[in-house]
Amino acid sequence: MSGKFNIDNIAQLARLKLTDAEKERLGGHLEQIIEYIDQLNRLDTEDVEPTSHVLPIHNVFREDEVSQSGATPDYLTGSPSHQKGHYEVPKII
Amino acid sequence: MHRKTILQAKEDLKQKKYSAVELTEAVYQRIDDVESKVQAYIHLTKKQALEQAREADRRLSAAEEAPLLGIPIALKDLICMQETRTTCASQILDQFISPYDATVVKRLKGAGAVIVGKTNMDEFAMGSSTESAWHHPSMNPWNLERVPGGSSGGSAAAVAANECIGALGSDTGGSIRQPANFSGVTGLKPTYGRVSRFGLIAFASSLDQIGPMTKTVADSALLMNVISGKDPLDSTSADVERPDFMKSLERSVSGLKMGIPKEYFTSGIDPEVERSVQEAIKTLESLGMEKVEVSLPHLEYAVATYYVIACAEASTNLSRYDGVKYGYRSEKNDNLLDMYMNTREEGFGEEVKRRIMLGTFVLSSGYYDAYYLKGQKVRTLIKQDFENAFQESDVIVAPNAPITAFKLKERVNDPLKMYLSDIYTISANLAGIPGMSVPCGISKSDGMPIGVQLMSKHFDEESLIAVGHRFQQATDHHLRQPPL
Repeated sequence: MSGKFNIDNIAQLARLKLTDAEKERLGGHLEQIIEYIDQLNRLDTEDVEPTSHVLPIHNVFREDEVSQSGATPDYLTGSPSHQKGHYEVPKII
Repeated sequence: MHRKTILQAKEDLKQKKYSAVELTEAVYQRIDDVESKVQAYIHLTKKQALEQAREADRRLSAAEEAPLLGIPIALKDLICMQETRTTCASQILDQFISPYDATVVKRLKGAGAVIVGKTNMDEFAMGSSTESAWHHPSMNPWNLERVPGGSSGGSAAAVAANECIGALGSDTGGSIRQPANFSGVTGLKPTYGRVSRFGLIAFASSLDQIGPMTKTVADSALLMNVISGKDPLDSTSADVERPDFMKSLERSVSGLKMGIPKEYFTSGIDPEVERSVQEAIKTLESLGMEKVEVSLPHLEYAVATYYVIACAEASTNLSRYDGVKYGYRSEKNDNLLDMYMNTREEGFGEEVKRRIMLGTFVLSSGYYDAYYLKGQKVRTLIKQDFENAFQESDVIVAPNAPITAFKLKERVNDPLKMYLSDIYTISANLAGIPGMSVPCGISKSDGMPIGVQLMSKHFDEESLIAVGHRFQQATDHHLRQPPL
């Protein structure tokens, strides 16, 4: 399995700034887990349809009716930083 | 008073043996007495609970009827309740105050329940021992050196230690059934779609389901009546009629076919667990159930399939924790990307990071077909196994976990070994079918509780309740109390 798993790339995609010690430890665990998962390759699934949802639900529509939802201030109060009714974030560029 | 079941307390309240306030105070007294040992809760909601109890007393004195009027219920801390913290046992949500009630909470409140507090769990429900909780672990009331199971370990421990009258948990791969089993209580994972997930903080959306954790099967039936049903706020909640689950308690089980899956009784199962489950099968035979052998040949692939699918879904669900909209934000935030990466690095615990990494990998370019799509295809095979088994049987009877509750710290350094403790429960989530754990004995080797697992077809919780209730009428395993 070695070589499949580029921990720096995956951590970047997952938006996790892992420490070197974590990379070492998690990397080892993940290699072991992926090797275990590789046993699925013993099964021939060529003609099997994938299941993403167990019930036969497809599009779920409802009437487009106006209803009451939470007020903006209620949702903003959970934010670590907000100003004038907007979320505040560090500089982007 | 704190030892009462929901149905007993309901009857007592009706007959005015005590008031809802007295019952609620008795539960908090019990919490004061044992919580330092068990640590089942993350936080209590005493002020609101006493208000709810006073309101329940007003309604009781007006002879009003409601299914849970004045009954103290605990909630796993990933179910949102308005104006209270919902932490998911994570640093990243530690200060999060929910702006709304989950649909199940709305329904509990409407039914007159008193919400005691929010129970401990593995961080984001990722774990089998409640040890990955950020605040503190929980202990098994039967032996404080052992885990209560997970991820709904706090709810299981609270019910077992009589720190509430009943509780709700959630089950993504066994997180209701396995801790119920480890802690000697009854736990029911409903069919996927039976109970609304609105307000349940998502782990793996195609697998998560809320369900009752109680002292008896009859109590679970009552809670199911309250929490089940289509919800317009959860488009995956199923538009099927909700039966009166209390009626299932009167049903005979004579002539029902119980399927015994041979793959669940092979290597790796503790002999004490196997003995207890076999005894439970004999008891069910004595109640008139007919035993048939069934096969679930893809069981050995369930854990691998589950970790692909659950982690893939988790990695996308947990991308919302970015330090912007709610929860924790790192102080180290020179620019936006750094803020995201530091916030997530500092805010998530190790198990959560491991699963986000695994999920990100199986969804990443070049590996999607080999892992995620493959996992979805094997999921189909596992689902078909159950469809075949239910051609020949009504209820599948099997062990819940291959072992009894293990010691704290015994498995934390070996994630794969921890994952394998869920081998018997995971398939029901992948297939979306309901499953229930019912106490069926105590291990002679370590004194810990053992449970038997019952599984049935989609939307046939009624058979589980009927069989589980008959079993509890014929046995006294569920009445045993931990030596606290």
